[in-house]
Amino acid sequence: MAGSGQNIVEFHGVSKRYPGGGDALDLVNFKLRRGEMAFLTGHSGAGKSTFLKLIALIERPTRGNIIVNGVNLSQLKKHHIPAYRLGLGIIFQHYNLLYDRSVFDNVALPLVIRGLRHQDVARRVRAALDTVSLLKKERAQPIALSGGEQQRVAIARAIVCKPFVLLADEPTGNLDPDLSLDIMNLFQRLNEVGVSTLIASHNIALISKLNKRIIDIEHGKIVSDNYKGKRLP
Amino acid sequence: MSTQQQPAANKRSDPQPGLLSGLGQNHARAFFFSAGKLSSHPLSSLLTALVIGITLALPAALHLLILNLDSLSFSWERTVQATLFLEDSLAEKSGRDLTQRLQARPEVLKAEYISREQALEEFRALSGFGQALDLLDENPLPAVIAVQPSKDASQAQIDALIKEMSNTKGVESARIDQSWLERLNAIITIVQHIVQALAVLLALAVVVTVGNTIRLDIQNRKAEIEVMKLLGATNAFVRRPFLYTGVWYGLCGGILAWLLLQCVLWVLANPISYLAGLYQSNFSLIGLNFEATMALFAGGIFLGWFGSWWTVSRHLSAIEPK
Repeated sequence: MAGSGQNIVEFHGVSKRYPGGGDALDLVNFKLRRGEMAFLTGHSGAGKSTFLKLIALIERPTRGNIIVNGVNLSQLKKHHIPAYRLGLGIIFQHYNLLYDRSVFDNVALPLVIRGLRHQDVARRVRAALDTVSLLKKERAQPIALSGGEQQRVAIARAIVCKPFVLLADEPTGNLDPDLSLDIMNLFQRLNEVGVSTLIASHNIALISKLNKRIIDIEHGKIVSDNYKGKRLP
Repeated sequence: MSTQQQPAANKRSDPQPGLLSGLGQNHARAFFFSAGKLSSHPLSSLLTALVIGITLALPAALHLLILNLDSLSFSWERTVQATLFLEDSLAEKSGRDLTQRLQARPEVLKAEYISREQALEEFRALSGFGQALDLLDENPLPAVIAVQPSKDASQAQIDALIKEMSNTKGVESARIDQSWLERLNAIITIVQHIVQALAVLLALAVVVTVGNTIRLDIQNRKAEIEVMKLLGATNAFVRRPFLYTGVWYGLCGGILAWLLLQCVLWVLANPISYLAGLYQSNFSLIGLNFEATMALFAGGIFLGWFGSWWTVSRHLSAIEPK
């Protein structure tokens, strides 16, 4: 894996301005250490989603530099984006599963994109499904699963390629409190075995239970960051 | 907890397959995946393939029409007779010698000497102007040699024979009455050009049909394409199943076109052999041979692939995750 620094994600003076809109992000500086788990929080429209989109290269910053896993994203050409994204695990509020194929095939997709051999695909898909406790559902169609199960399929798909960072945008936005806690506990277990994780969530009540770093964004600026357990003014 | 999901700590990764076997595997996956996609909507897939089939069957049918007209005119050429008009000064004995020499040539099936008297008798019997002939002092008709070319003789050999005979001493002129055959051949040539132009237009129609079907398919699967791109799929990876879908449409269209043609030939076979019987001919319809059938399938596959490629390359790169 490229990049040997201790930070997996670095934002240096990053601003993002959408055409015709205000600043979605305004001169943000931020570091996520390798193996760290952090939450982005704030009201809707505060800039949480933009934050993640910039890391996933769905958007490009208007100014500033973003370095992910040692790679300066502003130097990454368009045709290198697919290979870069293979190293990310991305999870959405609406799961974004493909409903025309089975749970197994959904989880297998990132491996198939990488062109892995069939036997390796099967072995790694089952390992990922085992991690999210859905091994018995591999033949099921995603539409037949509950919301919590669908999100676990999406998480299995995100971790099956052993990403260097997991990005989740409101992963519990469609789930009731119990299921939400289950999903957050799953993220926590994944983080305990070393997966760097950045989760955007406005559910403060839920994430404050987890005793992790919380970054509060308002109007495109980081207004508080309890980095190393110390809440900044 | 398995150790599979330790990205940073776990340096062991599965061996990537070699470039070639990986590519082969990717293509095999796209091949079967696209077939599965099509068979999940059998009716609409069949209808699209049928439209392509009919479009392909039209030029193929016209090609068969030309092939059959050509063979028909070729078999008619066999019945053509060349006529050598002999000079009156040529003695009958020399005329008969020339006939025998002609008869001995390989490109001649039959050569028959008709003397001036025989010609007069024949004319008197058949024309109904017998009495008018009696008014003439002498026989106005020349002696002729009727030459029927052998079945194996080529057009060039026949032409050469006619030319040679025209220059032979004692032969006034040699002619072969085939102006109507020349006209038929000219018409066939024109029809051939029309068919070629039509084939280009119909090929374009196949490209547009496949392109439009694939375009709708891309629109319906926009969300899926966005997800795949977010997961790191390259344009080539996303494109591949669509290209194979085009190939499947083209192949199925080609097979349907072949079936349509077989049906038409089967329906026409009896009336044609009846008509040929009325003309004492054993003419029968020529169907598509193996090469033409393969060309039909290959043409379908190529046009399907091209229609898909043309659409996909225009629409796919515009779809990016938001």
